[in-house]
Amino acid sequence: MNWKTFRAMLARDAHVARRNFIPMVLQTMLQPMLFTFVFGQVMTRSGMMASSYKMILLPGIMAVSMVMTGIMGVAMPLIGEFQFTREIEDRLLAPIKIEWLAVEKVVAGMVQSLASGAVVVPAAWLVLGNVELSFANAWMFAVIVMLVALLSAAGGLTLGCSVGQTQVGLLFSLVLAPMIMFGCAYYPWSSLASYPILQKLVLVNPLVYASEGLRGTLVPDVPHISVAVVIAALAAMDVALVLLGLKQFRGKAMS
Amino acid sequence: MGVGVRAQELRKVYSSPPPMAAGSAGFSFTAVRGPKGKQKTEIVALDGLSLDVRAGEVFGLLGPNGAGKTTTVGILTTRVKPTNGSAWIGEYDVWREQVAAKRLIGVVQQRPNLDFSLTAREILEFHAAYFGIGRVERTRVAAELLERFQLTERADQMVRGFSGGMMQRLSIARAMMHDPKVLFLDEPSAGLDPQTRLLLWDIIREYNRAGKTILLTTHNMEEADALCHRIAIVDHGKLIALGSPADLKASIPGGYLLRLRFTGPADGLAGRLRELAGVSEVNVSGPSVDLYADRGGPLAPAIVTAASAAGAELCDVHISEPSLENLFLHHTGRSLRD
Ligand SMILES: Nc1ncnc2c1ncn2[C@@H]1O[C@H](COP(=O)(O)OP(=O)(O)O)[C@@H](O)[C@H]1O
Ligand SMILES: [Mg+2]
Repeated sequence: MNWKTFRAMLARDAHVARRNFIPMVLQTMLQPMLFTFVFGQVMTRSGMMASSYKMILLPGIMAVSMVMTGIMGVAMPLIGEFQFTREIEDRLLAPIKIEWLAVEKVVAGMVQSLASGAVVVPAAWLVLGNVELSFANAWMFAVIVMLVALLSAAGGLTLGCSVGQTQVGLLFSLVLAPMIMFGCAYYPWSSLASYPILQKLVLVNPLVYASEGLRGTLVPDVPHISVAVVIAALAAMDVALVLLGLKQFRGKAMS
Repeated sequence: MGVGVRAQELRKVYSSPPPMAAGSAGFSFTAVRGPKGKQKTEIVALDGLSLDVRAGEVFGLLGPNGAGKTTTVGILTTRVKPTNGSAWIGEYDVWREQVAAKRLIGVVQQRPNLDFSLTAREILEFHAAYFGIGRVERTRVAAELLERFQLTERADQMVRGFSGGMMQRLSIARAMMHDPKVLFLDEPSAGLDPQTRLLLWDIIREYNRAGKTILLTTHNMEEADALCHRIAIVDHGKLIALGSPADLKASIPGGYLLRLRFTGPADGLAGRLRELAGVSEVNVSGPSVDLYADRGGPLAPAIVTAASAAGAELCDVHISEPSLENLFLHHTGRSLRD
């Protein structure tokens, strides 16, 4: 392992991120803020939803934006760099095992995912107004946040190395959209009880554990999947996605 | 101390069709039925190619499109896994000791692959940083190379808007940033204007004088002739001929090639042409005749006479002096330019 090379590759990604800072912030913020405003403000004020819905919504918004930011932040550049511009080739020739480049991408994606969580939560909290968050489980919360960040970045690595440039549209409509809708972000998992089959099926969706885990630690009074189960599931999915992502990366990087 | 490059019995079979934009014409698919009746593609890109590039030499791989040049460079630079065979950069096995091998090499790929999110100067400086070169040093070397490659004026612009020639120059500068012992250049002058090509040739020669080994590929024989100490001619993934440009040219029977065309089939003419003084080989196909001889123009009157004696009329003559082009034609019956 060659730290200088690894650090230089991180520095490159940080430099590019700094250059695209404003569009990136807008991209991260806009969608969650719109959701927060429409569901948390418009719907609750008009009485179409109970005010307590805000407590369900906030952790879900955080989960969606962390997961989406991590996936997009890793997958989109990878798809382009491998196929269209091939600009990744210079780094594949750097004096370091190529797997470390994939690890670097995952680390960069985790940072983006964490940053989006750190920005979206206070912003959503301000828009919603007086949602009571619990920080009694700070450690559990931190563990879950890290696992979610890794989940999203490793998922981005896997998708980015499996999807071709022409299939990006399909990625959105066939993978990401159902994932968000069935991710228990806008409703707790327990509310699927009247659809027993669906309730079992959505358990393959990693976003479910992210939403439920954040709910379980930030607003523990809302019904949620047990935090221990969430941590175990997230850890298992993290390991699986990292391994699968590395395999896909190797396949892309060498012919 | 210079570093050599060795390849032994390299064989590469691609199992998927080339990616859409791979940009190499003339590939041949063989559809093979797999055990489960599934359609499989097998493209034999290299078929037992061995090379021994000496430390400190400029070595050329010459061959038409699809010959396997880029695949060879890919294997030697860790980017392509050989189906069989091994390769070494100096003492390091390219596949087993990738990191050590990568430290010794600089690579200019055939297709531009510059980092579009960076400026020209940043591209060079980040590249050096990947190789662990300190800030002061990399700033200095980047400025030097930008100047050398006449890119200083555009150094702080994003490379997205660069012309093909500028991108190519920057790619070469980038490959030199960490001062590699072996420099690979895959078709470095394709698409360059004549002036830039001369600049490039100068730069390659100068880099070589500093004791570096250079392996370049080209399908341009003048370039191979002008730059290389030794040349390997490859076609269909196989080595056809190997030697210095002078030796290779001397190995063509006769040296001169006269490509003749007659108004009708020329089969009856071959015997008479073979008997002419200085003619060493005659190949007839329909109305066309390839004639190898030790002289060019002076032979023309004799050919016309021989032709009219056989009742044939000569309608076109093309004479070429001893060249690598003729050598390729002699070995394969095809022109490099095809
Ligand atoms: N990544 C790839 N996948 C499948 N086939 C390839 C790939 N790269 C090259 N080929 C095929 O291998 C053969 C040799 O190509 P290449 O090495 O690019 O030759 P050259 O550089 O001499 O033009 C061609 O038939 C080409 O189509
Ligand atoms: Mg090529």
